[in-house]
Amino acid sequence: MTMPVLSPPKPSRVHAVLGVLMPSVCVLIGAILAFLMFPYDLSFLTRIVIMMILVVSFDLILGQAGIATLGHAAMYGCGAYMAGLLALNVTQDPLLGLLAAALAGGLVAWLSGLVLLRTHGVALLMISIAVTMVLQEVASQARWLTGGADGLAGITIGPLLGLFEFDFIGQVAFIYSVCVLAVILVFCQILIRSPFGLALRGIDGSASRMRAIGTPVYRRKVTVYVIAGAIAGIAGALAAQVTGLVGIEVFNFSLSADVMVMLILGGAGRLYGALIGTLLFMVVHHVAASIDPFNWLFVIGLMLLLVVFVLPKGLVSLPGRVTRLWRRA
Amino acid sequence: MGDGLVIAGLCKNFGGIQVAQDLTLTLSQGSRTALIGPNGAGKTTFASLLTGILKPTSGKIVLNGHDIGSLNEAARVKAGVAKTFQITNLFRDLTVRENLRLPILEREGRTHHTFRRADGWPDIEAEIFRLLQDLDIQSLADRPVGGLAYGQQRLVELALTLAVKPKVLILDEPAAGVPSTESHLIVEAIKRLPPDLSVLIIEHDMQLVFEVADRIIVLVNGAILMEGTPAEVVANTQVRELYLGAGHV
Repeated sequence: MTMPVLSPPKPSRVHAVLGVLMPSVCVLIGAILAFLMFPYDLSFLTRIVIMMILVVSFDLILGQAGIATLGHAAMYGCGAYMAGLLALNVTQDPLLGLLAAALAGGLVAWLSGLVLLRTHGVALLMISIAVTMVLQEVASQARWLTGGADGLAGITIGPLLGLFEFDFIGQVAFIYSVCVLAVILVFCQILIRSPFGLALRGIDGSASRMRAIGTPVYRRKVTVYVIAGAIAGIAGALAAQVTGLVGIEVFNFSLSADVMVMLILGGAGRLYGALIGTLLFMVVHHVAASIDPFNWLFVIGLMLLLVVFVLPKGLVSLPGRVTRLWRRA
Repeated sequence: MGDGLVIAGLCKNFGGIQVAQDLTLTLSQGSRTALIGPNGAGKTTFASLLTGILKPTSGKIVLNGHDIGSLNEAARVKAGVAKTFQITNLFRDLTVRENLRLPILEREGRTHHTFRRADGWPDIEAEIFRLLQDLDIQSLADRPVGGLAYGQQRLVELALTLAVKPKVLILDEPAAGVPSTESHLIVEAIKRLPPDLSVLIIEHDMQLVFEVADRIIVLVNGAILMEGTPAEVVANTQVRELYLGAGHV
């Protein structure tokens, strides 16, 4: 019989801080290695990092709160357009661009979330797709503002912190993106360990029970949707800033679907899952598409099938699974 | 003004079907009232009306002088009306302790905190421990709820509801699905509930009802057939014919 304890053994302050910083430390170590090993692929590596930010933001809503949508590109796209427009018309400061994009992503998430989070299941999926389609159409029609189907081009970004110019090889862009990812991971780690994070897990576990203990479930869902939307907006802004382009494909349905696939592959509900899933998806996509540009989706589909059937909690659950099998053997 | 929960003329219609008909009753502070009736009598509908899951077609629900009839489910919990579920509804992936932490954080208005650890309040941790002790389940504190025996889960369900510090507690079939070897745990837990808490027990198990209730309301076809002490209810011929059967004398 387990001895009753007033509270579980708490991690020391150092362990608690390490726990919060660990994903960011892993990312920084991985980024340094990648930087040294693939110095001529920094553009691709930066795309991976930006996509990791987007998938981490999606993990907050699907993995933590259990809200399944197929419209995450809406906030990403709005962030990209906001950063592009800001750089073209107001200021080329990259950090101000990120801030404005976060506000844009958060605002779109708030407005759309007020409606779509009143629904569940298929209705929620459909409305989230519809919101993205509407935004894509608006971006396409408002040529005077967005450049229409041609998008925004010629975006120039000023030096980072007034010191580091964005270079042709993409070194500054890569380091910049990695730093933003590291900061977002720390923020997310703190968030999911907080009472708000626990409430999100509760909503994922049983929304009806959360209501029965007095939680305003709808309000909590809207809040996390806004936070995730702001982070998605930051990802969009980074994409606009490092490529210097924004096209209406930022609102493509396939982007929202890819984000969901990446998260499922890695494992929803754990930040590491979002990172692993994105890395695997992007690398396999890159390699498979270079070998066979027409049938690369076959490999992704096969991978997804394998993960869903063999590791339903994603690749991040693989070590635990192997350990259990090893012990049983 | 008055202590307890006062329900006056409560009606609920689903289209042309009347599932609650002019329900009028009072749950005074500290009372132990059982709601019995055959399947389909409207017991769970009544509980849903009290907790705000369903909106009444007409009627009033007043708690300690405040009309709570227009409040939604979450607001009604904050006002003091909470219920346990007929089928256990817990956070299965969380530990017992984490399950209990959630309602206390919510009650204390701390779930909006985003930059402090959820287990970072000693007063809340101490309250969790007291709750676990009260129901004698402290040894289960750090076990995931999904792995507990059903009877233990029912106790966690009760603890979770008590954690919101309700003034009125509705127990919807608290012993449903609990093996007979564990049902005494539920009875003992109900007997140990705070004396100032008004408790409404919806239950089919008449042995449990007679053990814990000081008043019984009999509901048939959405209307109150009779209300009285256990002895009065057993003595009523109509109730025996309709619900209890001839075995109860």
